[in-house]
Amino acid sequence: MQASNVLNLGIKELRSLARDPMLLALIAYSFTLAIYTAATAIPETLNKAAIAIVDEDRSPLSARIAGAFYPPYFLPPVLITPAEMDARMDAGLDTFALDIPPDFQRDVLAGRQPAIQLNVDATRMTQAFSGSGYIQQIVSGEVGAFVQRYRGEQTLPVDLALRARFNPEMNKGWFGSVIEVINQVTMLSIILTGAALIREREHGTIEHLLVMPVTPAEIVVGKIWSMALVVLAACAFSLVFVVQGLLAVPIGGSVALFLAGAALHLFATTSMGVFLGTVARSMPQFGMLMILVMVPLQMLSGGMTPRESMPALVQDVMLAAPTTHFVALAQAILYRGAGLDVVWPQFLALIGIGVALFSLSLARFRKAISQMS
Amino acid sequence: MSDAAASPVVRLRDVGLVYGKVRAIDAISLDVPAGCVVGLIGPDGVGKSSLLSLMSGARALQEGTVEVLGGSMALAGHRRSVCPRIAYMPQGLGRNLYPTLSVAENLGFFGRLFGQGGAERQRRIVDLTRSTGLAPFLDRPAGKLSGGMKQKLGLCCALIHDPDLLILDEPTTGVDPLSRRQFWELIDRIRADRPGMSVVVATAYMEEAARFDWLVAMDGGRVLATGSPRDLLERTGTATLEAAFVALMPEEKRRGHRAVTIVPRTEDGNDIAIEAKGLTMRFGDFVAVDHVSFRIPRGEIFGFLGSNGCGKTTTMKMLTGLLPPSEGEARLFGEPVDAGNIATRRRVGYMSQAFSLYSELTIRQNLELHARLFQVPEDVLPGRIAAVAERFGLADAMETLPNTLPLGRRQRLSLAVAMVHEPALLILDEPTSGVDPIARDAFWEIMIGLARRDRVTIFISTHFMNEAERCDRISLMHAGRVLVSDTPAALVAKRGAATLEEAFIGYLKEAVAERGDGDAVTVADQRRPVPPPAATPCGNPAERRFFNPRRMLSYTLLEALELRRDPIRATLALIGSLLLMVIMGYGINMDVEDLSFAVLDRDQTTVSRDYTLNLAGSRYFVERAPIIDYEDLDRRMRAGELSLALEIPPGFGRDVARGRRVQIGAWIDGSMPTRAETVNGYVEGMHRQWLASRADTPGLATIETRFRYNPDVESLKAIVPAVIPILLLLIPAMLAALSVVREKELGSIINLYVTPVTKLEFLLGKQLPYIGLAMLNLLLMAALAVTVFGVPLTGNVLALAAGALLYSFSATAMGLLMSSFMRSQIAAVFGTAIATLIPATQYSGMIDPVSSLGGAAALIGEVYPTTHFLTISRGVFSKALGFGDLHAAFAALLIAAPVLIGVSALLLKKQET
Repeated sequence: MQASNVLNLGIKELRSLARDPMLLALIAYSFTLAIYTAATAIPETLNKAAIAIVDEDRSPLSARIAGAFYPPYFLPPVLITPAEMDARMDAGLDTFALDIPPDFQRDVLAGRQPAIQLNVDATRMTQAFSGSGYIQQIVSGEVGAFVQRYRGEQTLPVDLALRARFNPEMNKGWFGSVIEVINQVTMLSIILTGAALIREREHGTIEHLLVMPVTPAEIVVGKIWSMALVVLAACAFSLVFVVQGLLAVPIGGSVALFLAGAALHLFATTSMGVFLGTVARSMPQFGMLMILVMVPLQMLSGGMTPRESMPALVQDVMLAAPTTHFVALAQAILYRGAGLDVVWPQFLALIGIGVALFSLSLARFRKAISQMS
Repeated sequence: MSDAAASPVVRLRDVGLVYGKVRAIDAISLDVPAGCVVGLIGPDGVGKSSLLSLMSGARALQEGTVEVLGGSMALAGHRRSVCPRIAYMPQGLGRNLYPTLSVAENLGFFGRLFGQGGAERQRRIVDLTRSTGLAPFLDRPAGKLSGGMKQKLGLCCALIHDPDLLILDEPTTGVDPLSRRQFWELIDRIRADRPGMSVVVATAYMEEAARFDWLVAMDGGRVLATGSPRDLLERTGTATLEAAFVALMPEEKRRGHRAVTIVPRTEDGNDIAIEAKGLTMRFGDFVAVDHVSFRIPRGEIFGFLGSNGCGKTTTMKMLTGLLPPSEGEARLFGEPVDAGNIATRRRVGYMSQAFSLYSELTIRQNLELHARLFQVPEDVLPGRIAAVAERFGLADAMETLPNTLPLGRRQRLSLAVAMVHEPALLILDEPTSGVDPIARDAFWEIMIGLARRDRVTIFISTHFMNEAERCDRISLMHAGRVLVSDTPAALVAKRGAATLEEAFIGYLKEAVAERGDGDAVTVADQRRPVPPPAATPCGNPAERRFFNPRRMLSYTLLEALELRRDPIRATLALIGSLLLMVIMGYGINMDVEDLSFAVLDRDQTTVSRDYTLNLAGSRYFVERAPIIDYEDLDRRMRAGELSLALEIPPGFGRDVARGRRVQIGAWIDGSMPTRAETVNGYVEGMHRQWLASRADTPGLATIETRFRYNPDVESLKAIVPAVIPILLLLIPAMLAALSVVREKELGSIINLYVTPVTKLEFLLGKQLPYIGLAMLNLLLMAALAVTVFGVPLTGNVLALAAGALLYSFSATAMGLLMSSFMRSQIAAVFGTAIATLIPATQYSGMIDPVSSLGGAAALIGEVYPTTHFLTISRGVFSKALGFGDLHAAFAALLIAAPVLIGVSALLLKKQET
């Protein structure tokens, strides 16, 4: 493999890219506006949850409970009648409906342990699960405080001082913006290399390369370094100017170390792009394959939902995906300020996956050459 | 033709056309007489094709007026009403045909576009294919036809609606002499049956032009002269049209030109450059090249002739090492050809048939890239490139992109690239196809110079007989076999023919008869076509001008057939969505369990251990080794080992017993907020629980939580109905987007420009098959959801199906919207992925409800179709709802689909600009 050939072939890729204004515009969009939108979109787990209250008691205590729900966690509660409750939940207007029974206050004070009914729309995933916990906490807190004032009773004086490290306000935008950068890096690197290969095939230029004194390895490496460079530059720009600058997300660790990890990740994903480009016979097939690969990479890497909650099998399979390790190292470096002493396993994993994908795609490319011409 | 001249079929006044900075047509005024064959002749890039595309209405007019068949082509209304009377066959072999469709299907497609009914279409297809000799090949895919047959099919497609004006752009370029002759015989027969038809042809073959009634000689975007061939000859006092044309050219362009003189080859070398022994190539059971052998000495120009698809290109590819032969051996300079042999490759220059340089790189960049890849030393490089550019007349265009050059100059660039490393052997596959006579002569001057002076061996294939005559030796190839091989003069003599063309055609006919295949037309079936009733030009154009279901279905059928011929794509779409559903259904889980935590217990009493056990005993937490000190805590949290760290202060047990105020410290890893929130909730809950158990007092009130629609709070049941809408968007949108952009990139979009099909018909027609595919997908996914995942389908199934149908319209329309302004397939893939993947998975309420989103995302979420179908899908699956309950979502989808399709139709262009 000759370095000068690899260099020249890569420069050719960069020049080709520079001639496609639509593609450049899309790259610019995906690393600026798309990141910004995604980061400002993602709410905290419980944000503006829609709650309705059926107050059949109409006592000071029930009014006190209703008054305890306020933004930003909850939208101001809507007071409804029992008859409206089902229809509203069916239509998806309310995520929660709290039914305070008649004589609730009297029964509480009498120690009869009355029950409040909390209806949760369980199809609303995140809000349903964490929100019901919040509501229980709020209701029992209000009831407790009400009774305490009424009776002057004491509870055990053990406090729990909860603090979230690395992201004290649990601001989802911090995390979301970086995950979005990671998603774009993965998507762009796969598309740029894979589709560029198919375009060369459809336009017959690959045939031209193959009669020249260049080896398949040089062609593949030329594509990989150039496209990885473009994406890495876009990623660095986005991290510094959009994430740190515009979104003011505090970055705890070393950006350089993160970019080194990104480079390794790109080695793996661009190789994957080449591989898909050799498997697909046409651009529509490539489009399908791309979706098939992108969706799991994006949804199961631990960026959207925690890895701990996935079935063991999925967790194990996803260890073979570069995004899993990239997400892990991004979290560690950018938020927890971890150094190489902490994230070296992820770096090693990315190198391993990259080498495997690269060898696979090179073998596939060599084999596919005869079918290409 | 004097009577026809009275009312010209095309009238041009001051027509001009500019591409970027290049002026293609410069103030042309011209009256094209009706009822005869009019030829446009001239070098490449003088504006012939541009002029024809303006006449056909395919290209938007920039300057001047173009009147065709009595009206201005600038008016959309006139274009719409005359386009059923015009037929346009663009340049390039089978460029407006669909390669995977069969001959009959291609013809049927065009018939439907012109609104013909089944019986009429059938009759016309039978007539046309019978008269062109295509009848035996009705079921053969167009992509598998030879070049000559492709052009005949293109002609049939053009003639299917009985046009009054037939516009042919270089119809015989790249076609062998026999097919070319048959093509013109066919045109003559058709004109005999329809004498009123006007034909306008651009051609690079002067011997063809001599047969036309009236000629327009063009150069530099201007008209040099018009008149009958005889007029032109008389006016210039020349014997041949080729000479006449040269005489008509302006002085400065003529200066460089002189007749090509062939220096005879002197040496008889035993120095063999190329040797092939029994070279054979099989593709499946098809033998493309059948035991071909030859020896070519160094410095010889060896011509390779034969009809298209006879195996010339395949043989060349085997010589370059692009294709490993199935049998036999090829040697270059005594070395066996081996794909891995870099040293041999350095000595070979190859120019493939199709232009295969980088259209995104400038001429200089292309030359530099190739020179560098061929290891031309950096110090020699600038001089070498300058010399090559000078030699091939490219010096003035070094910084331009190849696509802005006319074909002839592009071919010169290809040759320059093939020679920039000064190879000892050139393999050239139809290098002069589509190149005008003057440029061809210049090309040959260079090649003869190379062969004689530099002893470069040249292996060349061509369709031009005057070029074949210049070769030292030629081989005639047919159906994979070499028929005969000798010097041109010897072949003519052997055959007893007058010209090489006669000799060639004689050999070909003999071979065709011998093999009994009709690859180049059997004569028996050339009866006169039954003249169709000319009074009804294809249906009634006035009727259903704006929307004709038949035209729409034509595109539907086309798309469906293409999908069927590419089963991998359809399979990927179906199997892929099921696969993704399984992955996402099982993979996305909102119940966070088995979170790791560790305790820094400074108390070490039963009370503190009881507190820890309270957490460790739950299913949510798993206890890790105790924390030793703050440093340990810090390190382990930084490494992401612990999601939660607790610190129990010294004297905790004692203080609790005495009722003294005491504080437990808890740190949550906040780097992933979703998980942190969950941990937060769990810890608070368990802390309260522990307090209650210690206090030994009953609670004041209980809260009964009823998780509705999904009582067991299973993530799976909440996720699966949400995954269906996402997959029903991603895949159909991608397929629909590519279906349009693909036509743009490969050229068949021209059919939208020049046929009566409207933009709406085109778009809807393209959508329908993918909507069908989406509905099939829905069926499969719903079945999977109910059977494998056990998600009950509690509501109205019809509502789900109706919602999905509406939603599929929106989903495919999103793809069409992207495709309406994208030009390259890469950009379409990327753009569609951006426009669908993130909004569908993050802004449509799958995980976070739309009501809780903020910023622009909230706005996107509100209007995005996925949001509304997600409501329907969840409603029907989990909430037992029907049409009535979901009317708001249905209303949103009913609005979204027409809006998206309408905007796509507005953005799509009905003419090239």
